[in-house]
Amino acid sequence: MIELRNAVKIFEKGTAIEHTALNRLSLHVEKGEFVTILGSNGAGKSTLFNAICGTFLLDSGRVLLDGNDITYMPEHKRSAMIGRVFQDPMKGTAPHMTIEENLSLAYSRRHAKPLSFAPSRRQTALFRERLAEFGMGLEDRMKTKVGLLSGGQRQAVTLLMCTIVPPKLLLLDEHTAALDPATADKVMAITRKAVEDDHLTTLMITHNMASALSTGTRTIMMDEGNILLDLSGEEREHTSVDDLLKLYAGSKHRAFDNDRMMLQ
Amino acid sequence: MKLFIGSLQLGLLYGILALGIYISFRILSIPDLTTEGSFAFGLSVSAAVTAAGHPLLALPASLLAGACAGAVTGILQTRYRIHPILSGIITMSGLYSINLMVLGGAPNLSLVRASTIFKIVPFLSKNDAMTVLPIFFAILCTAAIILFYHTHLGMCIRAVGDNEEMVRASSINVDACKVLAFSISNALIALSGAIIAQYQGYADISSSTGILVVGLASVIIGEAVFGRRGITLGFISAIVGSLVYRYIIALATRYSPLDAYMLRLVSAVIVGITLAMPAVKSNLAAARQKRGGAQDD
Repeated sequence: MIELRNAVKIFEKGTAIEHTALNRLSLHVEKGEFVTILGSNGAGKSTLFNAICGTFLLDSGRVLLDGNDITYMPEHKRSAMIGRVFQDPMKGTAPHMTIEENLSLAYSRRHAKPLSFAPSRRQTALFRERLAEFGMGLEDRMKTKVGLLSGGQRQAVTLLMCTIVPPKLLLLDEHTAALDPATADKVMAITRKAVEDDHLTTLMITHNMASALSTGTRTIMMDEGNILLDLSGEEREHTSVDDLLKLYAGSKHRAFDNDRMMLQ
Repeated sequence: MKLFIGSLQLGLLYGILALGIYISFRILSIPDLTTEGSFAFGLSVSAAVTAAGHPLLALPASLLAGACAGAVTGILQTRYRIHPILSGIITMSGLYSINLMVLGGAPNLSLVRASTIFKIVPFLSKNDAMTVLPIFFAILCTAAIILFYHTHLGMCIRAVGDNEEMVRASSINVDACKVLAFSISNALIALSGAIIAQYQGYADISSSTGILVVGLASVIIGEAVFGRRGITLGFISAIVGSLVYRYIIALATRYSPLDAYMLRLVSAVIVGITLAMPAVKSNLAAARQKRGGAQDD
């Protein structure tokens, strides 16, 4: 479904602060997989997402989505196929537009008739039905400006915007990190349901190791612009948070040892 | 009575300009200096085409002229990433020469002998037409623009002004939306100029100096009347603001010692004060808080 081949991205190339954000990273995700991504700050998790979305172009390597090479496709064309939810609830919605207008904007990405009135009555009915599933009472506030909603409500709306037309790929960038624990659980439950209902291929960045292992079908851990660990199936089921920490420390160690050997 | 009717006519015609300004200033949140050029562009094109004997054709011609001017600014801003204000200034400066060219190298052109849209309306005298046509055009433009901003495309433009980053991540071509918005904005501004040229019976290249401030004042006064609510009320308030502005001007010139040449200063002061209000308010609140804090000690 989504594939990166030897992706390289170097920021501030040729300066003192040169930084390799993606270091010959290759990743292949099958259709319907739900991959959780762990990694410390600066490991390249968000850079990976930006590379997939086309926020910038790769220095080298290819990006393939559903078999098509999208390495040089402009961002707005890719986003017709990719849904992305950010950590910051302010990022995914237009604050001065109503809930239904925001949803209509997202819905029209595949049903776009530029000069038809939006949102249409048929759309409104659909939005109401989908919002009601959240149990947040948002279906009765369709004409409320999104800027007046709480962070959790905004993330729920953003999530619906990203999935109302099922995308080929859903990217979740720590989308519950800015929410209080109860709201985060709620948004996480909505996420799981949305992903399961439409069998969405999903990548989710998280800092929570326990939820990384309990959510989805596969877990990868990133470090220094590459993939350090890739767990799935039975191996993943038998992995605990402690194991994960040990594995992480272990592989870091090995890397150091290798360096030392090379220097000698 | 004459003052009342005259201000009504002018208020409605400049109201079309205010609609255009509302698009750039409030929807895109970019004050667009192209206005100063595109208003005169509409004025000149309309005068030239009218003088050539086609007063009706003058209106679509000006619309197109304004749209092109807006597109140039939009492309400079998006594709070539020139600062928004600077791109407006570049287009505006270039248009100055173009406008002189359109007017045949002279800074003004009289239409006294030409047939204008106000003289060719069936069943209406010229005097009546000068009231009826502004009402007709103001309603037509307001309705059309309100309808447009309720379509999917119009909604995309609003979203671009509201949260550009989100729109970039949602399959809408932000740059195309901006160029389109500037085109529509300047098309309206040029149309306003076009009708005003025929209304006055002459085109003068200097009449567009400071016109941006006039439009901004209208938008701001309109918001003072209606508040800042939805898009539909926004456009209506721009027209109403323009009417109120004309009445203020009419009263000011008639009952105050101000000379007519002071008008732009009055407009500038109105706009300056209104835009400074939020900062003044928060400064006052901060000062109050500081005093309050001192008392608690």
